[in-house]
Amino acid sequence: MSSAVEVRAVSRTFGGRKGASVTALESVDLSVAPGEFVSLIGPSGCGKSTLLRLIADLDTPTSGELSVFGKPARQARVDQDYGIAFQQAGLLPWKTVTGNIELPLALHGVGRSERKARVSELLELIGLTDFAGHYPDQLSGGMQQRVAIARALAESPKLLLMDEPFGALDEMTRERMQNELVRICAETQAAVVFVTHSIPEAVFLSDRVVVMSPRPGRITDVIDVSLGGPAERDDSLREDEAFFRGVAKVREALHGVPVAGARGVDTR
Amino acid sequence: MSATTATIPERALARGSAYRTVVAPIVLGVAMLGLWQGVVDGFGIEQYIVPTPTDIWHEITDNLGSIVDGSVSTGVNALIGLVVGALVGILGAIIAGVWRIFDTIVAPLVAALAVMPIVALAPVLYTMYGADKETARQIVAAVAVIVPVYINTLRGLRQVRPVHRDLMRVYAASARQQQFAVTLPTAAPYVFTGLRVASSLAVISALIAEYFGGPIGGLGKSITSSAASSNYALAWAYVFGAIVLGLVFYCAALAVEMFFTRHRSTP
Repeated sequence: MSSAVEVRAVSRTFGGRKGASVTALESVDLSVAPGEFVSLIGPSGCGKSTLLRLIADLDTPTSGELSVFGKPARQARVDQDYGIAFQQAGLLPWKTVTGNIELPLALHGVGRSERKARVSELLELIGLTDFAGHYPDQLSGGMQQRVAIARALAESPKLLLMDEPFGALDEMTRERMQNELVRICAETQAAVVFVTHSIPEAVFLSDRVVVMSPRPGRITDVIDVSLGGPAERDDSLREDEAFFRGVAKVREALHGVPVAGARGVDTR
Repeated sequence: MSATTATIPERALARGSAYRTVVAPIVLGVAMLGLWQGVVDGFGIEQYIVPTPTDIWHEITDNLGSIVDGSVSTGVNALIGLVVGALVGILGAIIAGVWRIFDTIVAPLVAALAVMPIVALAPVLYTMYGADKETARQIVAAVAVIVPVYINTLRGLRQVRPVHRDLMRVYAASARQQQFAVTLPTAAPYVFTGLRVASSLAVISALIAEYFGGPIGGLGKSITSSAASSNYALAWAYVFGAIVLGLVFYCAALAVEMFFTRHRSTP
């Protein structure tokens, strides 16, 4: 079976005025297996969002090759092989929760009854069944983000692309959303590429954490964390020794030097 | 418990602010009317110079049928003008939103329309369409409406958020799907703001156009003919009718706007 995402020597340069170009990504290689959860982490400007946008075909690489389930990224986008969630929920404010979740289905000509069945499944998955008829402005930020995730899952994609989806949420909501995402991923069996700038978030969620650095954006390290199956990934894991070790490893990779006293966990 | 203690001052405050926003203007209005009445009566000012509010009120009650008929006549012209002008303005803005070149081409024309006193066209239009027809007045109202609706709609069509544009690309939506799913709904509140501004303009234009000719029966004609026969209190009574008509149009447009923007508080 072909990998979910295959990135080969991809570079992306943004042209500025008269040669003042910015290299957002330089010869990046990455492979994501089906069902695997991979986080991209790094400081601002390291190109993690750019890489995600390239996979989503919202942008095209300057050089290199990129395939999603063995197809060119453009074809994968047209075939709706992935679902996507952004930092902003990006819901349509004039549509209800139901209307927002079924938007991709409606655009792709799925029938009314089938849409209704799928929406009620998804509402149950994100625990917002009682809010089906609400409008986005009547929901909290966390609820809006859950709706956006349900919308990304509407067409049962085998790949989920997420660009700091919990970045705008408070810490408590954020941890709850992470727990839910672990559960949702286990139920849908989708591969995930997850952009974040939070070390604990990346360690908690991921099978592998890809560490990136800026100027030019490139991958400096890939760390295997795999803290066990979804059943073991609950709040107690956040206080587990293995979790702290993972956080320390990612932090060392980010800063380029071993950090003394691994217990000083940055809670962001 | 905390909920109830929190809501009591809020409700008291709400009641206080409602009191201020509703009662205060009414008090001011009544005081002004009283002052007007007092000054005219006290100084013995002649009725043909300034009529008193009570004189005007008598004319309103005596001629209520005529004022209502006049309002309907002018109101129908304004409404036809508003609908036609809005359709032209919205369609024009959609075309300009899709093809930028159209926007560039019509920009000078829109600027010219914006600065031109549209009612100045009325005498020409009466000659063109016949002085016994309402057509000229409806055209004047329509032309006055086009500009604010066009400008506001076009602005609205350009407010599509980048995240929504990305989303439409992710869904591989066609240009048509994107227009109906995101672009037009995003523009809707702006369209209604344009319509609210245009609604008063439509009434004013239709009414003023009557000053320059055409059939009798409308409020504008009635104001000029009452003033010409020195019946100033009656002229003021028709002006009162014009104020009510303008308010009806404005409030209707405002209600529609509020209905369509009720869920737009979230960015």
